[in-house]
Amino acid sequence: MKTFHKGGVHPNDNKLNADAPAQVLTYNGPFCIMVSQHLGAPSRPIVQKGDQVKRGQPLTENTAFPGSVVHAPVSGTVQNVTEAPDTGNFARPAIFIQPEGDEKEDFISDDPTLEREISLSPQEIIERIKDMGIVGLGGACFPTHVKLSVPKDGKAEYLLINGVECEPYLIDDYRLMLDKPDEILVGIRILMKALSVDKAIVGIEANKPKAIALLRQKAADCDGITVEALRMKYPQGAEKQLVKALTGREVPSGKLPIHTGCVIQNVGTCFAVYEAVQKHKPLTERLVTVTGPCVESPRNFWVKIGTPVSALVEACGGRPENTGKVIAGGPMMGKALPHLDLPVTKGLSALLLLPEEQAHRRTAEHCIRCGKCVEACPMGLEPYLLHAAVRNKRMDLCERHHITDCIECGCCQYTCPSFRPLLDTLRLGKSKVNQIIRNRNTPTR
Amino acid sequence: MTTLLYAVLLLAGTGLIAAVVLYAIATKFKVEEDPRIDLVAERLPGANCGACGKAGCRDLAKALVEGGDLVCPVCSNEEWAAVAEMLGLHADTCEIKIPVVRCQGGRLNSIRQTTYEGFESCAYAHSLHAGENGCRYGCLGLGDCTRACSFNCLSMNPETGLPEVNEAVCTACGACAQACPRGIIELRYKHAHEGRIYVGCHTEDKGALAMKHCLSACIGCGKCAKVCPVGAIKVENNLAYIDFTRCTHCRTCVDVCPKHAIVSTRPSDPEPAN
Repeated sequence: MKTFHKGGVHPNDNKLNADAPAQVLTYNGPFCIMVSQHLGAPSRPIVQKGDQVKRGQPLTENTAFPGSVVHAPVSGTVQNVTEAPDTGNFARPAIFIQPEGDEKEDFISDDPTLEREISLSPQEIIERIKDMGIVGLGGACFPTHVKLSVPKDGKAEYLLINGVECEPYLIDDYRLMLDKPDEILVGIRILMKALSVDKAIVGIEANKPKAIALLRQKAADCDGITVEALRMKYPQGAEKQLVKALTGREVPSGKLPIHTGCVIQNVGTCFAVYEAVQKHKPLTERLVTVTGPCVESPRNFWVKIGTPVSALVEACGGRPENTGKVIAGGPMMGKALPHLDLPVTKGLSALLLLPEEQAHRRTAEHCIRCGKCVEACPMGLEPYLLHAAVRNKRMDLCERHHITDCIECGCCQYTCPSFRPLLDTLRLGKSKVNQIIRNRNTPTR
Repeated sequence: MTTLLYAVLLLAGTGLIAAVVLYAIATKFKVEEDPRIDLVAERLPGANCGACGKAGCRDLAKALVEGGDLVCPVCSNEEWAAVAEMLGLHADTCEIKIPVVRCQGGRLNSIRQTTYEGFESCAYAHSLHAGENGCRYGCLGLGDCTRACSFNCLSMNPETGLPEVNEAVCTACGACAQACPRGIIELRYKHAHEGRIYVGCHTEDKGALAMKHCLSACIGCGKCAKVCPVGAIKVENNLAYIDFTRCTHCRTCVDVCPKHAIVSTRPSDPEPAN
C-alpha cells in the first residue's frame, strides 16, 4: 500500500461512531457570519443594518487578491454589522442576521436529482467557483478559484483528491464520501475540466474500507479517475505528503505542489464545487463532526455557516460535565476555543470535546537528545535544533535549516518523550523568519 | 662600500614601493565616516560599560550622530549638555527615560476566562489568542520583556502577573519596549523627583467591552482631558494618553479618573549627590 516515506506518526485514529448517519441541524436563532472566512486578503461587507437578505445573497466583496466572499445562509434581516470574537478571541468584522421567512435567490436550484452533464466552459467554472465563495474545506480555507488558476511556471498533470482524513476523531469527509459519492465524482470531473487534466487520483486511508470500495465501484464508470488506498499515517492529508504518497514526486523546498504538476482538493471541496457549478448554490452549509471520548453520541451535522458552536454541542447531548477543552478541528492541528459563543465558519471541520484528564499539557523536561522529533518530521527538519535556535534568537540559523518548510503538523511535539513545546517554538520562529524575508524583499528606501 | 650602498638602496627601494602600494590601497578603500562621531565619542566617559544599551561609547556616539534617541546614564548633566550642544539638540530631549507598563490588568484587576498552557512567550501567545482575560491589548504576563532586559531590571510580580521596573538599575535602553508584542511598554521621562503620571491601560476597545475585561480599564470618558490645566491629555480610539513632555505633575487627572486607570508613581527618594 502506498504512503509517504519520510517521518510521520501513528496516533490512534479514534473514529468514534463513524457509521452514524449525518443529521441536519435545525437552528432558528440569530446567525453570525464572519466577514473573512478564507486565507488571503480580507473582505468587506456590502450589506447594512436593516437590509433584507435572501438565502444565497452575497454579503461581502473582495478587496484584493486572493479573496473570497461569503453568502447569506438564511433569508432574513441584517441585525447588525459589527465585530465578533474569532477563535482566538480577537474581534473581527461580522454580520448578524435574524432569520425570517424562506426566500432564496432565483438562481439556486434545490432539486436533489444528480446532474452529470457539465455545461460550463473551464473559464466559466472558475468564475462560478469564485462567485459561490468556495474555499478549501480541508481546513486551510484557501480560495479554490486561485488554486485552479495555474501559474505560468507550472502545468497541471494530476488532480489529487484528498479523502485521507488522517486526523484522529474526524469523520466528516468519511461520511460525505459514503453519502454523496456521485456528487463528489461529478465535482472531480468539473475540477478536471477546469484544470484541463485527464488524470485524477482519490487518496483514502485504509481505515475507511467502505469508502474505498464505494468510490472504486462508482469511479469505474468515470474515465481517468482512480481510487488509491493509502497506508494509515499522519500527516498524509498534508499537500506535500499526499503528492509524495500518490505520485511518488517530491515537492522541492519553497515550491508549491503545482510545480510538480499536482493540484490537490479535498473531497468536501469537490462536493461544494458540484453544488456551486451544477446547482448554483453558494457555500453556506457544511458537514461538521462533533466528537470526543465523553460525548454521548458523536456524529456529523449538516450545519449552516454562522450557527453558534454552542447549538452544535447542544444537539449532541450537551457539554459533558468533565469537559476540559473544546477544540475546533482535530487533536493534532485543531485550535482550542476560548468559549462556545463562536460561529461556525467555512473552515470548521470538527468540534472535539476532550475530558479534563486529556486536556492539559504535561510539564516540559530537558531534551534528552533522543532524536525522535527528527525521525518524526515529515519535512525532514531537525525540530530540536530549530527549537534551540528560536529560543536563542538565532533566526539566521533557523532560515538556513529551512524552518519555513515546517507544515506545523505537530508530529515533533506529539512524539517528544520530554513533552517539549517544539511546535510552539517552530511556529514562532517560522513567523519571525517569514517576516524577516518579507522585510528583506521589500526595501524601505 | 658597494655592498653597503646596495643594502641601503634595496631597503629604501622596498620601503618606497611598499609606501606607494599602501597609499594606493588606503585611498581606494578609505571608509568615509562622519567626523562628529569621534568628537562625540571623546566627550563620552569612554568606560564602554554598555549601560546605554549599545556595544560601547563609540557605538553610542555613532547612534547619537545618526539621530538615535539615546541617553548615557553615566554622564553628568553638564557633560551631557555639552554632547547635546555639539549635536545641535536641546538638552531636554536627552533627559533620562524609564519604561512604564501601561497595563494594570494582570491577576488582580481582571477575570481569567481561559487558561494558556503553551510556550512561555508573549509573541507566541499573541499570535494565538487575545489573552487569558479576553483583552486583546493587555499584558499577556509571559515575560518577553523580562527576558529581553540585559540588566535584570524587569521582573514579573507573581502576585499581579505584571512586569515591574527596578528604577535603580534601568538604563532606558528600550529593549523591553521593543520585545512587547502589544506595545504596552513605553519609555517616558524619569522625573526622579516628581514621579511619573501615565494612563495604565492600553485598550482601544469601547468602554463597555473594556470594562468586561478589566476593572481598571480606560473607558475613554475624557474626564481627565477636560480637567488637565495644560491640555497634555488627549483621548483617541477610546484611550486617554498623557503627553509626558507637557505634563506638569499637578495630579488633577489622577483624582478624577473614575476607573483609577491613571497611575502616579511615588517620587523616589532623591539619590545622594556624588
